[in-house]
Amino acid sequence: MSGTAPQPTTAAANPPVQPMEAGFGTRDLVRVSATADLPAPDRQLTKLAKLIDVSKCIGCKACQSACVEWNDTTPEIGENVGVYENPHDLTPDMFTLMRFSEWENPATNELEWLIRKDGCMHCEDPGCLKACPAPGAIVQYSNGIVDFIHDNCIGCGYCVTGCPFDIPRISKTDHKSYKCTLCSDRVAVGQGPACAKACPTKAITFGTKDDMLALADDRIEDLKSRGYDNAGVYDPEGVGGTHVIYVLHHADKPGIYSDLPENPRISPIVEGWKGVTKTAGMAAMGVAAAGALLMGLFSRGNKVEAEEEVAAERLVRDREDI
Amino acid sequence: MNIDLSRRSFLRLAGAGVAATSLGAMGFGEAEAAEAAHVRAFKLTTTTETRNTCPYCSVACGIIMYSEGDVKAGETAEIMHIEGDADHPTNRGTLCPKGAALKDFVKAPTRLTRPRYRAAGATEFQDITWDQALDKIARAMKDDRDANLVQTNEDGVAVNRWTTTGFLAASATTNETAWLTYKAVRSTGIVGFDNQARV
Amino acid sequence: MTNAWTDIKNTDLVVVMGGNAAEAHPCGFKWVTEAKANRGAKLIVVDPRYTRTASVSDFYAPIRPGSDISFLMGVIRWCMENDKVQWEYVRNYTNAAFLVKEGFGWSDGLFTGYDEEKRDYDKESWDYQIGEDGYARIDPTLQDPRCVWNLLKAHVEAYTPEFVENICGTPKDKFLQICEMIGECSAPDRVMTSMYALGWTQHSKGAQNIRGMAMLQLILGNIGMRGGGMNALRGHSNIQGLTDLGLMSNLIPGYLNIPTEKEPDWQTYISARGFKPLRPNQTSYWQNYPKFMVSFMKAMWGDAATAENDWAYHYLPKLDVPTYDVLRMFELMKHGQINLYFCQGFNPLLSFPNRAKLTEALSRLKLLVVMDPLETETAHFWENHGIHNDVDSAAIQTEVLELPTTCFAEDEGALVNSGRWLQWHWAGGTPPGEARHDTWIMANIFLRLRKLYQDEGGVFPDPILNLTWDYADPSEPTPEELAREMNGRALKTVYDAKDPSTVLVEAGKQVKNFTQLQDDGSTMCGCWIYSGCWNEDGNNMARRDNSDPGDAGMFLNWSFAWPVNRRILYNRASADMQGKPWDPDRKLIEWTGEKWEGYDVPDIGVTSKPDEVMPFIMNQEGASRLFTRGMMRDGPFPTHMEPFESPLKNVFNDKMRGNPVSRVFADDAAQFATSDEFPFVATSYRLTEHFHYWTKHNKVNASLQPEFFVEISEELAAEKGIAKGGRVRVWGKRGEVWAKAVVTKRIKPMICDGKTVHVVGIPLHWGFKGAAKKGWGPNSLTPFVGDANVETPEFKAFLVNIEPSTEEPVA
Repeated sequence: MSGTAPQPTTAAANPPVQPMEAGFGTRDLVRVSATADLPAPDRQLTKLAKLIDVSKCIGCKACQSACVEWNDTTPEIGENVGVYENPHDLTPDMFTLMRFSEWENPATNELEWLIRKDGCMHCEDPGCLKACPAPGAIVQYSNGIVDFIHDNCIGCGYCVTGCPFDIPRISKTDHKSYKCTLCSDRVAVGQGPACAKACPTKAITFGTKDDMLALADDRIEDLKSRGYDNAGVYDPEGVGGTHVIYVLHHADKPGIYSDLPENPRISPIVEGWKGVTKTAGMAAMGVAAAGALLMGLFSRGNKVEAEEEVAAERLVRDREDI
Repeated sequence: MNIDLSRRSFLRLAGAGVAATSLGAMGFGEAEAAEAAHVRAFKLTTTTETRNTCPYCSVACGIIMYSEGDVKAGETAEIMHIEGDADHPTNRGTLCPKGAALKDFVKAPTRLTRPRYRAAGATEFQDITWDQALDKIARAMKDDRDANLVQTNEDGVAVNRWTTTGFLAASATTNETAWLTYKAVRSTGIVGFDNQARV
Repeated sequence: MTNAWTDIKNTDLVVVMGGNAAEAHPCGFKWVTEAKANRGAKLIVVDPRYTRTASVSDFYAPIRPGSDISFLMGVIRWCMENDKVQWEYVRNYTNAAFLVKEGFGWSDGLFTGYDEEKRDYDKESWDYQIGEDGYARIDPTLQDPRCVWNLLKAHVEAYTPEFVENICGTPKDKFLQICEMIGECSAPDRVMTSMYALGWTQHSKGAQNIRGMAMLQLILGNIGMRGGGMNALRGHSNIQGLTDLGLMSNLIPGYLNIPTEKEPDWQTYISARGFKPLRPNQTSYWQNYPKFMVSFMKAMWGDAATAENDWAYHYLPKLDVPTYDVLRMFELMKHGQINLYFCQGFNPLLSFPNRAKLTEALSRLKLLVVMDPLETETAHFWENHGIHNDVDSAAIQTEVLELPTTCFAEDEGALVNSGRWLQWHWAGGTPPGEARHDTWIMANIFLRLRKLYQDEGGVFPDPILNLTWDYADPSEPTPEELAREMNGRALKTVYDAKDPSTVLVEAGKQVKNFTQLQDDGSTMCGCWIYSGCWNEDGNNMARRDNSDPGDAGMFLNWSFAWPVNRRILYNRASADMQGKPWDPDRKLIEWTGEKWEGYDVPDIGVTSKPDEVMPFIMNQEGASRLFTRGMMRDGPFPTHMEPFESPLKNVFNDKMRGNPVSRVFADDAAQFATSDEFPFVATSYRLTEHFHYWTKHNKVNASLQPEFFVEISEELAAEKGIAKGGRVRVWGKRGEVWAKAVVTKRIKPMICDGKTVHVVGIPLHWGFKGAAKKGWGPNSLTPFVGDANVETPEFKAFLVNIEPSTEEPVA
């Protein structure tokens, strides 16, 4: 390659051990779940992104390992069910997962082993946040990071419904929802996420979104030179773009990568919640609007009843009928 | 001072990671009030760093071990995190799924913590002191060597060959351990001497 | 590795065959992805399975386990036939022009001199014609029918693309496409690298697999080049170091040899190692053997090693067999001939073939001593774990001591990586409980043994009593003391041989490097190739300057590489006969008219003229060897041999089984399987989620790959009625295992010699200790036979049968 792509402005450096103030925080919030009238931040952070180049990924699971170590989670030691995925799915203790698919390319008759790192996409327009009825349980910073604030989480599972990528998982132990934080604690001190730091082949890189898109272009050029005519970037517009983006050798067929959505968008149900008046939406979910009531409500239990879910769906249908 | 580099070149791969140069762009560089907030406290703050290399495969990735306590200062040190060394020319801070979980090897529940002895026919180990264990080994070696060392062959050639005791050496110990092991084993005449390279 | 991990970025073509670098060495493999991303390099993978390395390759081709020699000889044949040869390199830097004795030949799969009774060759004819001047005869025109080049041409004639397809199961069109890609690298400015590992070594002809590729790399002119070389990806973090330091039956540190009993005295031993040049003006560096050997003897026995007593030569054991390697030791153990056995950080119960035999052997020991940071299956071999270790504890009379050692995080010292870098590391954690450093354990065993000899006397105590042990704290020699001992120092002041008034090194000072070692007892050095690692400049292994002049990938100021900090072996061969780099963009060193200089430490005398002294200075010829003379037991060229257990007869000679000169013990010969009973070819391998049997002890890696499985094709699964994720029983002539089935498109049946060959893949990370689910290793199934030259067990090709199993393991 000619080295035409600008080097990202970033290069790996070892983490600091001296005390350091966090580089972003509440003042940088642009969205907070179930909270209206959020004051606009007084500054705009540079948009960040994690680039996952599927064509460089060797499926080694270093990202999973580094994620577990950094986030101090303890995934279960399960069993083999005839595939390489372990754990078998994302879990409250496994925020990222290598998904493997064996695909015979009809154009070449050659086998391709497509390995995709799954996990939170950090959508610009986050369905989880929009679906979340618990004030302050899901937040978005102006750099694009979507983070769960577990102290505020009620474990209702609406974020799971709201996510077009099926990412959040509810813990059976503490009834909170978990997913990738983009290692917000590392980013806050100028470090990349643990998975990106570890990734042996630099299939995972991290930096400003502009830099990552430029790097993606360079990679796509290389892939096209190797006969992957449909190589491209996956940064889906349906969710306003994402802060985790992929380079795919077959960008025309995201579905072959373990069902990566062709055109992800926030579920109409959740859009419905967004569309109706806030009061109606909250009522449908059995959640009173007033914050003061929330605590009492939450102490009753974290589950949204099935009938409430049905009520919400009806509400959406009604709206669509209009 | 093992964390220091004699001279540092800024290493990079055709890829990235976050560096100090980009901090400004991400909102750093301004003095801010600590915002308690949402972001988890950075867990490596005030830990002690030590340079080491991964003990698994022969790529020998550079690692930095983060500990509470400093062995160099004579303190008890508990390793609480291990991460790739970004200054290392080979791995540039990266680690594989084994290396990234090295802390769990150091702290594995099946780490051995005391000498143990299994008697003939026993179904369990029992504790034994280091002194007892080392004396037992030395005694067994002396007795076996005295009984079985082949001093000369049929032609009367001095062959000093001890074939009834064998020694398998490690594959992840240091050169220094290996050299000391070599000296001790060879001086006895042991010829059944081998290491993992055989496999 | 001839080269370094960081050098792989300089390549144009990576061939991964006999290995699986992306899975086994992910962070080293990054230099492949860097070469691809930055130079447009291509990656070829040849493997029985479509591996994770293959998943990022540009070209993949399947191959039947154990048929690599045919493939490689086929590529060599294709290159010779299609003029894809780096001619100037081949003519001058290899022994292509050397004339071979008239008696040498090959027929029916065998070279001249085979003795079936002895399972050995008489290698008398496998050598050069020596002229009256005492030098080997050559024909620089390569016309003489007895020159190596023409003998090689005749030797590879059989390996046509059709032959390769028939033996290897590799489709001819894929084979030819690979030939084309490789052939391009014969251009002086195109370079290919070979990355291999146990996929080539763990065969009964493993050394010949590697020879095959080394020959190809010489023909392409890729040895000594940036981005080229033969890169053995060593398995463990210091397996290179332990090999360098000679912790093997027949070795002395620095690749010197333990004498055999045919060398009863020093004179016989040393005169057999004269290594005079076979061509005029050549260096033949091994002529310095006596200096290294005497310095070693002085390191061991100090004042007790004198010129008068032949440097205490009588202290050294003299071998009656080539080696007392692990296979031989377990054979002896099984027959009750071993009483005491030590395992230092080694788990042979899962590492060597035929686990049933290993258990039987360990059960006949009097005392087993295990030193390890972790619980090992070996230390617990006597424990009953149901079907996972079905033993009768009460019947096993072996006493066992399990001693806790520190691990990397708690100790200090150097490990040698695959690229020969000696990297110092520091302790950062406190050892758990009563765990002790291995150095403390070894010192205390030795000191107690020595005290018994001091107090009681005994048989031939001299080598023990006189062993050098001048450490400040005898019970815990420090890493610094030991490293300095390996580097070596002057015992008396050493003067320059050319100018006796010049002091080279004063008495008591560390030698600068091995060029200062002497054969008169005035220097000591534990391991000559490491000399320079800790000299008067200090600990060079601790250097941490990561600058890289010229972006060459050499990093000369990061740690220390042996020998003398050289990063690419044979780097003189990166320049032509005038001393100019073959490829100016890939300069390593060049001749200035007066001396050699460049980015690496020259692998040649710095003032040796380029048209006089040839690059391969460790060889008597000055040239590299396409024809290895009598140095390998199974032939001077690689020839096709089947695995000992194979579905095919050897097409050259249907009476030949396996490697005709491999050592086979009688009991084991009786346990070789045939394909009528065991129709499927099994191969063993590692998975990226685990490191051998270590990481099953930690929860993270255990969660990433929790349970033992085998991999089979969809076709074999259908034939046997095996479901994805279902339980299967796999059994062979020596044992059986139960596993989950991973049914995959990544393994496909092959057609070889008209037969359908199914492959069963068996990864090796499970046992009965640790955090992961209990399972087995492939060694419950594999044959007890090793490579003819180095006794590395045949783990990569053997026969099994497989069936669905409803049986739940009782554990």
